[in-house]
Amino acid sequence: MSDNIEKKSEPLLSKKRKELLSNPMDSDNPITIQVLGICSALAVTIALEGTVIMAIAVFFVLVMANVIISALRNTIPNRIRIIVQLVVVASLVAVVDQVLRAFAYEQSKALSVFVGLIITNCIVMGRLEAFALGNKPWDSFLDGVGNAVGYGWIIIAIAFVRELFGAGKLFGQVILSKEWYVANGFFATPAAACIILGVIIWVLRARSGYVED
Amino acid sequence: MKFLRDKVDLLKPHFSEGGKLSFLHSTFDAIETFLFVPNHTTKGGAHIKDGIDLKRTMFFVVIALIPALLFGMWNLGYQFHRATGAEATLLENFWHGLLQTLPLIIVSYGVGLAIEMAFAQFKGHPVNEGFLVSGLLIPMVMPVDVPLWMVGVATAFAVVIGKEVFGGTGMNLLNPALTARMFLYIGYTPEMSGEKCWVPLGDQAAVEGYSGATTLGNIASASADGSGWSDSLFSWGTGAMDSIYGTIPGSVAETSVIAILIGAVFLIATGIGSWRIMLSTILGGLAMGAILNLVGGNAWYDMPAWYHLIIGGFMFGAVFMATDPVSAAQTTRGKWIYGFFIGVITVLIRVYNPGYPEGIMMAILLMNVFAPLIDYYVVQSNIKMRLKRVKA
Repeated sequence: MSDNIEKKSEPLLSKKRKELLSNPMDSDNPITIQVLGICSALAVTIALEGTVIMAIAVFFVLVMANVIISALRNTIPNRIRIIVQLVVVASLVAVVDQVLRAFAYEQSKALSVFVGLIITNCIVMGRLEAFALGNKPWDSFLDGVGNAVGYGWIIIAIAFVRELFGAGKLFGQVILSKEWYVANGFFATPAAACIILGVIIWVLRARSGYVED
Repeated sequence: MKFLRDKVDLLKPHFSEGGKLSFLHSTFDAIETFLFVPNHTTKGGAHIKDGIDLKRTMFFVVIALIPALLFGMWNLGYQFHRATGAEATLLENFWHGLLQTLPLIIVSYGVGLAIEMAFAQFKGHPVNEGFLVSGLLIPMVMPVDVPLWMVGVATAFAVVIGKEVFGGTGMNLLNPALTARMFLYIGYTPEMSGEKCWVPLGDQAAVEGYSGATTLGNIASASADGSGWSDSLFSWGTGAMDSIYGTIPGSVAETSVIAILIGAVFLIATGIGSWRIMLSTILGGLAMGAILNLVGGNAWYDMPAWYHLIIGGFMFGAVFMATDPVSAAQTTRGKWIYGFFIGVITVLIRVYNPGYPEGIMMAILLMNVFAPLIDYYVVQSNIKMRLKRVKA
């Protein structure tokens, strides 16, 4: 993407760059359009608290990895780029994991392997391969933020529905009282996440008119 | 009839294109065709195999369901009076069951049809008759004590997620009635299983020794504590013959093998239900049961294989659920495979999964998902065979 003709420096938030931010949140959402990162969207969304932590963890890893790989992109030999990406992502995930264990031990136990599995989250690797390797750090930063938020708001939306109807709670606080609300165990199963995700995709695509070809 | 026809004709202009209420066109259309035979004719060449249409198909299934439903209503009253030790005539039994079942049917039809019509209106297509059967099947496979709002929620879930997201009647992957039951079973397990929900006693005291547990529940707990099979495991004071007649506690209309078989004969005679699926499901259950008999071990293993057919919802599932022409396999060979695996998996779930005493619901839903795959390979193998013949 080297624009030889246009040497002028782009404004910090040009139209193109705004789209880098906004597209992944809506019309090019990593979960609902690209259908990536489904595994963690189903696994960690049983309660809001853990989901928010997961979203923050992915945000940190994705943005940092995007910036680092983008900064290194001209020095990474093409043949070993995957392993370099993995090293970067794995280091960042190790940092997140240690921080969680130090400051949010209960939640880190509840999230268990899924923090470690951020390494294999297709969104992270996908953005590195598709974007960071070919773009400057600032653009990659924006792309990382956009995709991480796009991922985050979907899983938080799923967790909101699941915790509300599955346990009658939000962030562990009772919202729907047990006196008149019977918790629906179905929403506590990952199958419910799959269906809620499907409904979100349905709504978004009905709005945008996007059709799979 | 003339009077009604005149009334409908009088109202029609309002609902046709350009009329004040034209946005309610499909609802009006649905009601009109429900009352009168539609006068549409096919334009262009048509290949008519049979003069049957969707409305008649659905209506025949409803007729086939009626023996099981009526018996189920009577049985609810019978079980109630047996449990409380009261004498009751046939009519009293029936009336008791009718009063308990009717609200379920009304809620199921009301919620389901409202959603169907809303979708039809919104998408601008005519209202399909598909829900006529599902709406009756849903209350028939519920424990009668289930709260009405749960029936409503489950029906809404089944119609929207089970059917409309796939494109409505004829496009659904899963059987809608079973989707509704599955939703409640996973979501509200305590209300959908156990000993209390099958025969609600209200404030009446039960006679001494009474237990509302089903045969399935009894065998599951006997298997868990390691005691072997004996005929005393049939639900309170009944035996194999009671299971066949259907005078046992259970979901509203699933208990009577005889009433279900009457429906089966009607379905097969009218060519709506596939005898291949019914037969292969039964064969699958028997085969798996016989294999487990050879293994032996606990109550489930040792139970005579054919008992699998008469307890729980096996027959109801095999006759009315597995044969759903939309979600079942379509090819002849596919139907045999599909049905056989339903039988096998039902028995496997019953015997090996301590969490779920009954397996027919999950077996059918699972095979619903696999049905297109089975069909695909049957068609492919047929193509391969023919190609070989051409080359030879």
